[in-house]
Amino acid sequence: MSTKTYDAGVKDYRLTYWDPNYTPKETDLLACFKITAQEGVDRKEAAAAVCAESSTGTWTTVWTDHFTDMDHYKGRAYRIEDVPGDDTCFYAFIAYPIDLFEEGSITNVLTSLVGNVFGFKAIRALRLEDIRFPLAYVMTCGGPPNGINVERDIMNKYGRPMLGCTIKPKLGLSGKNYGRAVYEALRGGLDFTKDDENVNSQPFMRWKQRFDFVAEGLNQAEAETGERKGHYLNVTGPTMEDTYERAEYAKSLGMRIIMHDFFTAGFTANTSLANWCRVNGMLLHIHRAMHAVVDRNPYHGIHFRVLTKCLRLSGGDHLHSGTVVGKLEGDREATLGWVDLMRDSFIPENRKRGLFFDQDYGTMPGMLPVASGGIHVWHMPALTAIYGDQAVFQFGGGTLGHPWGNAYGAEANRVALEACVMARNEGKDLEREGKDVLLNAAKHCPALGAALETWKEIKFEFDTVDKLDKAG
Amino acid sequence: MDMTIQNHPSRLDNPQSLKFETFSYLPPMSETQIEAQIEYCFSQDWDCAVEYCELERATDDYWYMWKLPLFGERGAKKIMQALNDCRDADPSCLVRLVAYDRKRQSRGMQFVVHKGGL
Repeated sequence: MSTKTYDAGVKDYRLTYWDPNYTPKETDLLACFKITAQEGVDRKEAAAAVCAESSTGTWTTVWTDHFTDMDHYKGRAYRIEDVPGDDTCFYAFIAYPIDLFEEGSITNVLTSLVGNVFGFKAIRALRLEDIRFPLAYVMTCGGPPNGINVERDIMNKYGRPMLGCTIKPKLGLSGKNYGRAVYEALRGGLDFTKDDENVNSQPFMRWKQRFDFVAEGLNQAEAETGERKGHYLNVTGPTMEDTYERAEYAKSLGMRIIMHDFFTAGFTANTSLANWCRVNGMLLHIHRAMHAVVDRNPYHGIHFRVLTKCLRLSGGDHLHSGTVVGKLEGDREATLGWVDLMRDSFIPENRKRGLFFDQDYGTMPGMLPVASGGIHVWHMPALTAIYGDQAVFQFGGGTLGHPWGNAYGAEANRVALEACVMARNEGKDLEREGKDVLLNAAKHCPALGAALETWKEIKFEFDTVDKLDKAG
Repeated sequence: MDMTIQNHPSRLDNPQSLKFETFSYLPPMSETQIEAQIEYCFSQDWDCAVEYCELERATDDYWYMWKLPLFGERGAKKIMQALNDCRDADPSCLVRLVAYDRKRQSRGMQFVVHKGGL
């Protein structure tokens, strides 16, 4: 039996936290950090320091360490890898025992993993690239309140992606004028309309008037078309009491779906609201305002794939994913990586898509990725090819900007989508033959013809800032 | 093309404004086109079924089943025949193709092929 005695002072982290012979357990939570160390700091020491600060360690030895078995509780940095094509930084793989985390608390996981360590002096920059939640931990989380299959049954939409539209202008409309824009878009053929994320309950439109007029417009559109519709009523409030009040009122109006901003509101708030939705049978659309503050810099912050996993565990039925083709950031392979993380049960490690670990969600339902931002009808073939059926495509300007108004803009998008799905099912290659599919469909739909004419030639081709790490 | 602003024709008192979810914004499909969609269902390993309903309750979840779902049937002509038999039994009804995805416990596809009375 070896015994340990108290020895005050500062020790090298690597003596305790670097363990290249460690084989991670199935129950360990694994993390991959991209570390840019300060000049002169050894890689192993930097990795061990990150490990220590994000698990049991502090900067100096303390006598109370000896009350417990630190070997049981400490994290272990177990592997270091070069970053392809970049020698200023490296990947460090760290395993954390499951005992370190409160069950079902994404808040607790993030407070531990990305708490103090991101301001740590020994490193210049730090990015959490990926985490592997062990299935044992996944099973302690509620996850999506309903999931993709339940949503399809509730909405009665099968065999195609769904269509949405964010109502614009995003600020300044009265409740009644806002309801008009919703009604027009839904009666024209959209499945969903959406509150903008900044629409909460401002002086120009208090939430109650918005909810009342949206419900009236939505009900009229359903009566006219015979189809089921939804509007993501943004219930994000200044306090949870306000949020619950808005959610309850949306339910009392017979609405099917509400919306929440998980990152500005916080994971605890989001998990609470997801639980409310599960109990009340309401779908939950999740917006991701503020995400780019932490996920865009390739050297510092948290990668969006990590936020995606955290949100799926916390709970949401939709999550914005980027579009690959529109105005917002999105490398195609990386986007497909986190789209899989939203929808699938088991996602294998795939470095080409930036996935550093296998991720097993067990029986947890999936979320629908929402492609939104700068997309219009010409993008429909590519979107259908890239995302397949399990997605929501949201055309804001691409609906409301139609020269004949929202209803025709919606109709043009719906016709284009259905033509693309039909052609795909017939075996056509949408990315090659998409243009012909759209032009043929426009022959029986003048609204689509006008949309194609309005948005011809618009492209958003800026280079991606956050690229996957590749050699050369 | 003529880009003059148009009035949208959708009206509550006009049944032609009613839509029936997937593919209902496209022109009616020919039998060949429907069979191509059925072949797609087979390629996904989905089983087909036929359902019908009166126009008045088209928004309900549960339509009448035409006999039983054709589990394991992989002949597009057979499915097409079932759709036609259902339509001929009561041409005033709506008739839809349903494709069950047993792995996801969901419907992989569903669309109306005959709009009786419209």
